Amino acid sequence: MTIAPPRRAPGRAAALPGSPGPRSRKPRRVFAAVMLTPALLGLVIFFVYPLIASVYFSFTRYDLVSDPEWIGWRNYEYLFTKDPKVWTAALNTLWFVVFLTPTKIVTALCVAGLLARAKRAAGFWRTLFYLPALVPPVASVVSFVFLFNPGTGPVNQILSFFGIDGPLWFNDPSLAKPSLLLLGIWVMGDIMVIFLAALLDVPTEQYEAASLDGANGAQKVRYVTLPNIVPVLIFALITGIIAALQYFTEAAVASGVASGKATVGEGTGMTLGYPNGSLLTFTEWLYVRGFANYQLGYASALAVLLFVVAAVFLVLLLRKVSAFNPESRS
Amino acid sequence: MQQRSHSRGRIAAAAIATAVVLTGCSSGGSSADIADSAPKKLEGTVSLWHFFSDREADVIQGVIDDFEEANPGVTVDVHSGQDDEKVRKVIASGGDIDVALSYSTAVVGNFCSTGAFQDLGPYIERDNVDMGEFSDTVKSYSEYEGTRCAMPVLADVNALYYNKDILDEAGVTEIPTTLEGLEELALELTEYNDDGSIKRLGFNPFMGMYENSPAHFGPAVGGQWLNDEGYSAIGSDEGWPVLMEWQKDFVDTIGYDKLQAFTAGLGQEFSANNAFHTGQLAMVVDGEYRTAFIDDQAPDLNYGTAPFPTAKGYEDLYGAGYIVGNIAGIAKGSKHPELAWALLKYLSTDTDALVKMANGLKNVPTTTSALESPDLEVTEQYQTFIDIALNPKTTTTPPSPVGAGYEQAFGDYWTKYQAGDGGDLAKGLAEVDKQINDSIDLVSGP
Repeated sequence: MTIAPPRRAPGRAAALPGSPGPRSRKPRRVFAAVMLTPALLGLVIFFVYPLIASVYFSFTRYDLVSDPEWIGWRNYEYLFTKDPKVWTAALNTLWFVVFLTPTKIVTALCVAGLLARAKRAAGFWRTLFYLPALVPPVASVVSFVFLFNPGTGPVNQILSFFGIDGPLWFNDPSLAKPSLLLLGIWVMGDIMVIFLAALLDVPTEQYEAASLDGANGAQKVRYVTLPNIVPVLIFALITGIIAALQYFTEAAVASGVASGKATVGEGTGMTLGYPNGSLLTFTEWLYVRGFANYQLGYASALAVLLFVVAAVFLVLLLRKVSAFNPESRS
Repeated sequence: MQQRSHSRGRIAAAAIATAVVLTGCSSGGSSADIADSAPKKLEGTVSLWHFFSDREADVIQGVIDDFEEANPGVTVDVHSGQDDEKVRKVIASGGDIDVALSYSTAVVGNFCSTGAFQDLGPYIERDNVDMGEFSDTVKSYSEYEGTRCAMPVLADVNALYYNKDILDEAGVTEIPTTLEGLEELALELTEYNDDGSIKRLGFNPFMGMYENSPAHFGPAVGGQWLNDEGYSAIGSDEGWPVLMEWQKDFVDTIGYDKLQAFTAGLGQEFSANNAFHTGQLAMVVDGEYRTAFIDDQAPDLNYGTAPFPTAKGYEDLYGAGYIVGNIAGIAKGSKHPELAWALLKYLSTDTDALVKMANGLKNVPTTTSALESPDLEVTEQYQTFIDIALNPKTTTTPPSPVGAGYEQAFGDYWTKYQAGDGGDLAKGLAEVDKQINDSIDLVSGP
């Protein structure tokens, strides 16, 4: 059904009447290059160079102080055959990718859907649901761990009032990650507000047309709402997956506070992963190996692996998405 | 097409070469040749980076003020609140850092072997510093493979704390000296709620709680960490299995789930809600710094201290304990090495300075002269830590190129073992050995 735009014949493009010629386009190109330079410099200095350096370091024995020593594939060999905790860390991270990202998106979308329909005190409700996203991550985790403290936290005290024996939450290896999931839902305001803007941007005429065609509520969501907010959904999914792959602060602080040994600086690395490695994420393990065990060469190998996994995730995701995008099929 | 791929290859090669050149630009050089004699007059500015903050930083500043007063031409540029990671980055990038004071001996292996801290041997020899002032254990954790790159500056010592009121209430007059005695007393002092949950524990054996760690329990059996070649000795040591089996039995006697639930509900270690302060724990293992916390946060607590008990067959070790401490060194690339050495020597060997810091920080001095100084403020509880520090059988965790990585690997396994997931103990410890040795090989192997 899609009508393809007329294709231009191969070869040199002919200038349209009235459009600027090649000579007049040159200053514009220079201007564009000048405007792009700061961003390109930033990209080269803070992304391309560190990336190349990380790849190089991943083939060396390096501790930051002495010069790197080339050791070939040994870091990768250790990573795939000897590292005792890398797969635990990878699986924990995968758990956050699989559960945290979709849960956060679905919850934010549902809340945004409700808020978009709110007639009274809409501003109040929108502010209320967005507020938790303003709390610094460390503060929100500390608060959550205290709220869910099995001995003194109000959550278990309320549960006991109803005769329920509350679980150990962040101190139970099987519940530590789901407890962080609850925190993730609580701070979904940043995505929620973007969904809300997208939902409010859907043309009402389309809903009216769908109603005239006899569409019910679910069909309106399927054929009107979702196609209109697909770009925002993709954005939320991509940024969510990347954030989950880099999950660090929340897990690290939760481990430190729940272990009863919350400290800054000294011994921080020793509590990472508490309880029983259930909160050890890939980036935490990378940090431990690089900065507590002085194995920056090996940490670089872990970083390269993480980069490759993230890139594969994104490529697969974007390919899948383009398959559903009618415009890109044409 | 082929030309394009050549061009891409050239770009990639150039990028890698640039990265290699740039990344190879870490600051070089270690200890330079030193003068034949120490300068008669010191002048200039020397920078000191340390990790203390707030009240503790004020204590260090007091000692620095004394140093500046004694050396009118010298100014010390103090950078407080700097952790090891920051110090390492500054040294690596050739920043302005002369003396660094670290909270952890875990850095010694790496800092000595990489030259991040300069070799102090020539200075010590030239100035005839009496290293006999330090115990062998203290000396061992501040040098690595024969290179002395750090000097000890105060120490932390661990011992058993007990609540006198709770023990008096139970009619207990003798503090246990064996692990079996500790367990027996702990069970006697433990109280339960009506629902069967723990109300008060005599002693919490749960690995990972507060200061419960392999390092702090280890002196009960004289547990060895590394062999002479620098590889793991944990699996081949006879003491560790004895200690682990005792701890696991103790956990099982009370019940893993009950202990886990009780431990999860305890207050933060470094807060006024510490379970020893609140009376939820009748006995704990902790460092001498706890005395300062109690003075500050629970001044009415009636408590005593004693050496940590020993296992059956290791009675001769009673009275010893675990010691580890702060260390300081001269940074690689220091622009004022003589000033740095003068400051370092003052901080690590001057009796008045050490006593002043020990009194202020409630840490244990590291020289015999300071430990025996009449100016050292010693309470009955604090005396225990001094006695342990002076005990020749007191042990430490040795420096290694992977920092505290070997302690973490062992601690992780012990945590699994106490939960009942550790499998056969001998095989588990052999696996711990393998993990540690593989990690060490990755850093320093052939």
